[in-house]
Amino acid sequence: MAELKERRKEFRTTVDGILVDRVYSADDVPENEVDTSPPGEYPFTRNIMPAGYRTRLWTMRQYAGFATVEETNQRYKYLYQQGQTGFSVAFHLPTQMGYDSDHPLALPEVGRVGVAIDSLKDMEDLWNGIPLGEVSTSMTINATAPIILAMYIAAAEKQGVAQNQLMGTVQNDLLKEYVARNTYIFAPEPSMRLTTDICSYCARNMPKWNSISISGYHMREAGATAIQEAAFALANGIAYVQAMIDRGMDVDSFAPRFSFFFAAFTNLFEEVAKFRALRRVWAKIMKERFNAQNERSMMLKFHVQTGGCTLAEQQPLNNVVRVAIQALAAVLGSCQSLHTNSYDEALALPSEEAVQLALRTQQILAYESGVADTVDPVGGSYYIEWLTNRIEEGVQQYIATIDKMGGALEAIKRGYIQREIRRSAYNHQKAVDAGDQVVVGVNKYTSEEPLDLELLEIDESVARKQIERLQKLKSGRDKEKVRQTLEKVRQVAESTENIMPALIEAVKAYATVGEISDALRGVFGEYKEPSLL
Amino acid sequence: MVDRKVRVLIAKPGLDGHDRGAIAVAQGLRDAGMEVIYLGLRLTPEQIAEAAIQEDVDVIGMSCLSGGHLTLFSKTMDSYRKKSNKKVVFIGGGIIPKKDVPKLQNAGIAGTFGPGTPIHEIVSFIKAELGKISDDKED
Repeated sequence: MAELKERRKEFRTTVDGILVDRVYSADDVPENEVDTSPPGEYPFTRNIMPAGYRTRLWTMRQYAGFATVEETNQRYKYLYQQGQTGFSVAFHLPTQMGYDSDHPLALPEVGRVGVAIDSLKDMEDLWNGIPLGEVSTSMTINATAPIILAMYIAAAEKQGVAQNQLMGTVQNDLLKEYVARNTYIFAPEPSMRLTTDICSYCARNMPKWNSISISGYHMREAGATAIQEAAFALANGIAYVQAMIDRGMDVDSFAPRFSFFFAAFTNLFEEVAKFRALRRVWAKIMKERFNAQNERSMMLKFHVQTGGCTLAEQQPLNNVVRVAIQALAAVLGSCQSLHTNSYDEALALPSEEAVQLALRTQQILAYESGVADTVDPVGGSYYIEWLTNRIEEGVQQYIATIDKMGGALEAIKRGYIQREIRRSAYNHQKAVDAGDQVVVGVNKYTSEEPLDLELLEIDESVARKQIERLQKLKSGRDKEKVRQTLEKVRQVAESTENIMPALIEAVKAYATVGEISDALRGVFGEYKEPSLL
Repeated sequence: MVDRKVRVLIAKPGLDGHDRGAIAVAQGLRDAGMEVIYLGLRLTPEQIAEAAIQEDVDVIGMSCLSGGHLTLFSKTMDSYRKKSNKKVVFIGGGIIPKKDVPKLQNAGIAGTFGPGTPIHEIVSFIKAELGKISDDKED
C-alpha cells in the first residue's frame, strides 16, 4: 500500500472499540463468513420481518411522565388525540424504589424524573380517557414491576378490558440494575424469582404482553462499549431463559414475549453492525443452546433509545445532530421502536419544545430520508459485514467467559461485569480529557457563548399535591382488607407460588406501592451493593 | 501542617442511581493523588455528613441527576455544619440547571460540575479552594 500519511496512528470505532482498516473489500468477508440469509429468515441478521418498515414503520415511542398523574394524563390524552397509540411511562424514583410519596427518602424526588404512582387510584387516573384495550404501553419499572403490572391489570379491568387484551411491555430486568441504573431493592435471587414470576404469569395470561425488556442500554450509558453492551445484555437474556426453563416452562411458551432494549451512540456503522450482530447471535443462542422450535422465540425484537451520555451540556444544539445520527443508526439497524433524546437533557429534564424536535427527527427519517423504504439498506457493504462479524466474535467471547463463571448472575455477584464497564468508562473519560476522543464543543471547537434555554421545572407544590392524594386515599379505604391482602402477599412471597395473583388482590384493595414493597422487604430483606471501588 | 493527602468523600444523596459521573470523578481524583472515599448510592444527607466527619475529609462531593439537587445538597451541607466546625469544600455534580447554581452557592457549595467536565478541572478547583481555606486559617 502506498505510504500515505494518515490523520491518526490508528482508527478505532470508539475508545476501546474495534480497530478499523483503511478500506474493506471482498477479501475481508471470506466465504465462510458471508451471511446470505434473507430478511425474515434465521438467523434474522438483516431483519426479523421479511419486508421491514415497508409493512409497518417502527413505533415512535417517547418516554414521558412527570409530576402527578393529572399532568401526565393530560399529556397522554393530548398525544392520544394526536394519534399516538404507543405510550412509554416514566415513573418517579420513589415508585421505582418502593416508597410512597410521603416517605422521607421520597420527598425531594416526588414527580421529578417521572410520574408519581402510589396506588391503583393513581394508575386509574393516569389512564383516564385512554382505552387500554387500544393502546400499547411500555413501563420502565423493575424492582416494583410486579406491583405496577398488577395495578395496570386492575386499572384495565375497571375499564372493562381483560388482561389477555393488554398490549405493552414491562422492563422487569433486574440483573442489569445491579450493574447499572441501580434501582434494585432486593438481592439478586429474590429479584430473579419476581422477574420470572412476571414472565410466567404473562406467558399464561397475557399473550400480547412483553414480559421483560432485557436492557443493554443502561450498561452502555454506564460506560460499556458497544460489544460489552450487546454481550452483557445477551448474557442476562440467557440467564432469564435458563431461569424460566428451570421453573419447568417450555422455551417456546415464553421466549416469543421476551424483548430487548439497546442504545444507539454516534459511531454510525458500529451501531448498525451491533444491531445486526445482536439479532444473529440471539437467534443462534435460542436455537442451538435452548432448542427453541418456534421461530418467534429466536427473533430479537428491540427498542432503541439514543445515547443519553453522548449529550453535552456545552453548545447543546449540537445534540440535535448527535441524536439525528444515532436515530439513523437505530433505523438502519431495524429497531422495532425508538425514543429520541431531547437536546437539552444534559441541562435538565426536557422541555416540551425539545421533546417535539426529537420526535420530528424520527418523522423526518421515516418520511423524508428514504432509509425505511428498503430492508437493511447497508447489508452487503464490505465494512458493515466485516464489522458485524467482528462484533459477533467479541460478543461470543464475552458470553463464553461469563459461561465459564457460571452465568450472568454469578458474573455480576463477582463484580466482573461492573469492573469491565467501569474500566471502559474510565478509559473513555481519560481519552476525552486528553483530547484523543474528540467531542465537538466539549474538548474541541469550544466556545464561551452561553445559550439561554427555556428549561422544564418541576414545581415544589407537586410533592404536596401528591401527598394530599395519598392521604385522601388512605383515609377512604377498607383498612381490614388492606391488612388481609398484604398478609397474603407476605405468605405467597415466603412460598414458591406465583406472586402476581396476590399482588392484584392487594392493589385492588388500594394497598400502596410502599406498603406492598414493605411487605416484600419483610420477606426478602434489602440488598446493599458491595463496594467495588 | 503535616503534609497529608487531600481527603475527599464522594456520595450520592437521594434515590437517583446514575453513578457513572460520581465513580469517574472518584477514580480521577484518586489518580490525581487524593484519598477518595466513595460512599455509594441512596444516602440520606445525615448519613453523608456523619461519614464525612468520621473520615475527617477536606472535600465533600455530591452527585444527583434526578432533579433533587437543591434540597439534597443543601440538606447535606446543613447537616454537616450542624455536626462539625471543620471547614470543608463542598462540590456538586450531575444535571444542575445553570439558574440553580447561584442558589447552591448561597447554600455553601463552592462549585458545580456538569457532564463533560474534564477531571483535571475538578482537581485544580479543589486545590485552589483548599488553598483559600488554609489561607483563612493563617489570617
